[in-house]
Amino acid sequence: MNPKRKSRLYLALFLLVAVAGTTAALMVAMEENINMFYPPDQVVDGTAPLERTIRAGGMVKAGSVSRDPESLQVEFTITDHLGSDFIVSFTGILPDLFREGQGIIVQGELDQQGKFMAREVLAKHDENYMPPELMDMVAESGKNAEAKAAAKATP
Amino acid sequence: MSRASLFIPLGIFLLIVAVGYVGFSLDNRNELPSALLHQPFPEFSAGVLNDPDRRVSKADLLGHPTMVNVWATWCPTCKAEHAELMRIAELTDVRLVGVNYKDVAAKARRWLVDYGNPYEFVIVDQDGGLGVEMGVYGAPETFLLNAEGEVVYKRVGEVNQRIWRDELAPRLAEMGVYRMPAPEAQTPTTGAAR
Amino acid sequence: MIAELGQLSLALAACLALTAAAAGLFAHGPGTQLLRQSTVSMVVGQFVFAALAFAALVYSFATDDFSVSYVATHSNSLLPLPYKISATWGGHEGSFLLWILIMTIWMLLLTLRRDNYPVRFFSRVLGTMSLMNLGFLCFALFTSNPFERLIPMTPVDGADLNPLLQDFGLIVHPPLLYAGYVGLSVPFSFAVAALLEKRVDAAWARWSRPWTNFAWAFLSVGIALGSWWAYYELGWGGWWFWDPVENASFMPWLAATALIHSLAVTEKRGTFKSWTLLLAIAGFSLSLLGAFIVRSGVLTSVHAFAVDPERGMYILIFLGAVVGGSLTLYGLRAYGERADVGFKILSREFFMLINNVILVVSLAVVMWGTLAPIGYEALSGGRISIGVPFFNMFFVPLMLLLGVAVALVPVLNWKRTPWQSIKSTLTAVLPVSVLLGGVWWYTTDPKSAGVLAALIIALWIVFTHLLDLVKRLRQSRRLPLAYVGMSLAHIGFAVSVLGIAITATQSVEEDVRMAPNDVTALGIEEVRFLGVREVQGPNYVAQQGVFVVTNGNRTFELRPEKRRYLAGGNIMTEAGIDAGLFADTYISLGEPLGGGAWAVRLHYKPMVRWIWLGALLFAFGGMLAVMDKRYRKLRTRRDVAIKAALGSGTAG
Repeated sequence: MNPKRKSRLYLALFLLVAVAGTTAALMVAMEENINMFYPPDQVVDGTAPLERTIRAGGMVKAGSVSRDPESLQVEFTITDHLGSDFIVSFTGILPDLFREGQGIIVQGELDQQGKFMAREVLAKHDENYMPPELMDMVAESGKNAEAKAAAKATP
Repeated sequence: MSRASLFIPLGIFLLIVAVGYVGFSLDNRNELPSALLHQPFPEFSAGVLNDPDRRVSKADLLGHPTMVNVWATWCPTCKAEHAELMRIAELTDVRLVGVNYKDVAAKARRWLVDYGNPYEFVIVDQDGGLGVEMGVYGAPETFLLNAEGEVVYKRVGEVNQRIWRDELAPRLAEMGVYRMPAPEAQTPTTGAAR
Repeated sequence: MIAELGQLSLALAACLALTAAAAGLFAHGPGTQLLRQSTVSMVVGQFVFAALAFAALVYSFATDDFSVSYVATHSNSLLPLPYKISATWGGHEGSFLLWILIMTIWMLLLTLRRDNYPVRFFSRVLGTMSLMNLGFLCFALFTSNPFERLIPMTPVDGADLNPLLQDFGLIVHPPLLYAGYVGLSVPFSFAVAALLEKRVDAAWARWSRPWTNFAWAFLSVGIALGSWWAYYELGWGGWWFWDPVENASFMPWLAATALIHSLAVTEKRGTFKSWTLLLAIAGFSLSLLGAFIVRSGVLTSVHAFAVDPERGMYILIFLGAVVGGSLTLYGLRAYGERADVGFKILSREFFMLINNVILVVSLAVVMWGTLAPIGYEALSGGRISIGVPFFNMFFVPLMLLLGVAVALVPVLNWKRTPWQSIKSTLTAVLPVSVLLGGVWWYTTDPKSAGVLAALIIALWIVFTHLLDLVKRLRQSRRLPLAYVGMSLAHIGFAVSVLGIAITATQSVEEDVRMAPNDVTALGIEEVRFLGVREVQGPNYVAQQGVFVVTNGNRTFELRPEKRRYLAGGNIMTEAGIDAGLFADTYISLGEPLGGGAWAVRLHYKPMVRWIWLGALLFAFGGMLAVMDKRYRKLRTRRDVAIKAALGSGTAG
């Protein structure tokens, strides 16, 4: 083999390894880091797995938010207004747009009792600006598909 | 490198396009799935904006195709769609009913005076209770009910020319409260045959 | 009236773009010289009319013309004047107009340098640019007209600008970011022109390089500003979220970074040509993909896109035409562009190749992480989200690997490098970096091995580049600006890596309940909460928390706010930040918990500024390289002579 061919062979091998490695790593990483989203009825009827990181979302039920007076622990109920409710427990600071009646997303795990232990609570224009999973439920007035910049809070 | 291999990037791109096209065309699910779609409109009892003594209930929405439009003065998009609603009220025989959602009654009355009132009556939903029943997440939203009070179509967001043309007009025509203009008949030419 | 003039200007700009595209791309037969020459004036015309349209919109905002729909939905009479003006690009329609204006500015800048390029080649560049601009102008005119009137129902007042946008960071972020996005159309057009002219050569690469650097510098600053804005405005204390909108700007940046390096190889060694062409096409295409992701509504949901597909479909079709068209051209014309120039493993070429592979792999990861949830929803209707760990899992090792390659750059020669010149860095500089990095790691908080690696590699990069600058300064009095720029950008990379590694692992974050006069320890600091008071802003009322922070001998006050904007009733968190080169103290108010107590978020973030400082060095380095005299006043006729004179000794 002449040197030119040899170097080209190395190059091809190098690229092949890079492509294969990336694809394999992507698949493995996907397996571990995908969070499925479940609406309230699937949380209630047991479709959503217990003790695995998932996302769930719905509306914060009016009058359901109760705070622990001594800490940042808070519990509230998420509902789809169609009879499926579940209780979420969270310790920390809720986003600005967390309100009763507001659509939100929680990320965390369901415990054995079916209570959602949230590690993150997302509402519009905070970390995720606008939780896409909720858009089917929290569709807004028309023109909200803009950049993070335009995460408008048209109620 | 052979000449054909230069088309590999184009091939990959076309493959992605093809997969994407097939994927998206398989997706023929209902446009905006609504909790209420094909469900009966919820029961309610509420006051009327311009007639403080009157109470209305679901019975007032039955018997005739009805369009329920949820609006509020604090909602800029409602302002934007108002002209379209005025036009619809004029062009069709649909019963157009407003739901004034989480609003101040005085402001809402002022609005109707300033911009015109396309509604047969406006249901007052000051605390948003009816809105919750209807599954309203924002304003404006527009529901189309048949004579039996079933929700046959729901639009979240602005009713504009395009929504009128593509979504509302055909449905209203089907319900018999609007006559689609024949394509040619719209511009009457004075006798001259072409 | 003014708004109508604006619209007319847009339409005229579109006509000029059409004629300029036709003349620039096709007028090459005999007797078309006049037409070809007029391309330049038609390009200037596009700029003039785009600027007029933009001015008309700014005027409508400044004068509170709420009969213009876009003004009514994005401004309010209470808004302070600077924000009224910046509200011009606060929404979809206006920001696209800004995009067009910037596009014409790039074309204008190109015409100022027209003497540097052969006439026909250059008119094809302008033709391609005009064609792209025509696509944008039609998009604005047909799907998102900023001048649409709300007649007869002119609202009394506007709906207000989203309070998130009432902020300095967001005034300057979009123009800079767009300058980067749109700027990538210049190397794209150069690539298209090179393919049309069949001159994919070293000269073409040299012409492309300053423009690519220029656009890339804007993109770097734009992204950094967005990150800085998210940090201080969202109240979370985070600076990068792997959010699809952020990814949309990061993808073209990665492609442009790869392109800069690949262009260097193409210019100096005449190889990597096909690859460079593909990267130039990819850079601009990814800008368009970003526009699609952000503008079409697929992000909010595939449904939102399906319900109102007009804009999304337009961009998608435009994107398809641009990518499909340019790749077809590539397939037809790129044949014979292979130059077989051999090189060894220990050579600059090979490390550029590694750099490109790493960047393209990173690009693939980001693209996958951004598009997979959209594709999954479209295909199965279910929803998934890809978490931050997914991205971090790839980026930590990839960037460290890239760091090793960067550290070796100063000692590598083109073609082959003698082992001796690498030996000194491996036997002296690397051990010193390991020692210093190890000590640093040990004295802070030795936890993660990744941080140790990051510290060592970052120090190594800084040392090798500084040593090489000193060495070169000794040899000759003047250093080529391009070389200084490259060194600065590489040092900027190290600075960012340091900032990211330290901030990610050494930050102290406390979410606590604080009643007045409560004291909380925050790392080495102590925070006392004095209470909350009401303050009145120009268009908002705020509850302002007063905190006294003690750090050793230093005591300072921080006043985070919770603002309620009067026009829309929106609630915004305004963090209180004590910014320092080595650490930020960051306090934001959560919510009132009754009895004067508040939920409070306290952050102590060491070296967080270095992340953005690094990005500024990127941009500064890129700009310095643009200034290099070898890019200036190079007449094509003298190409060969000058190239010979410069030799291939200077690096890129």
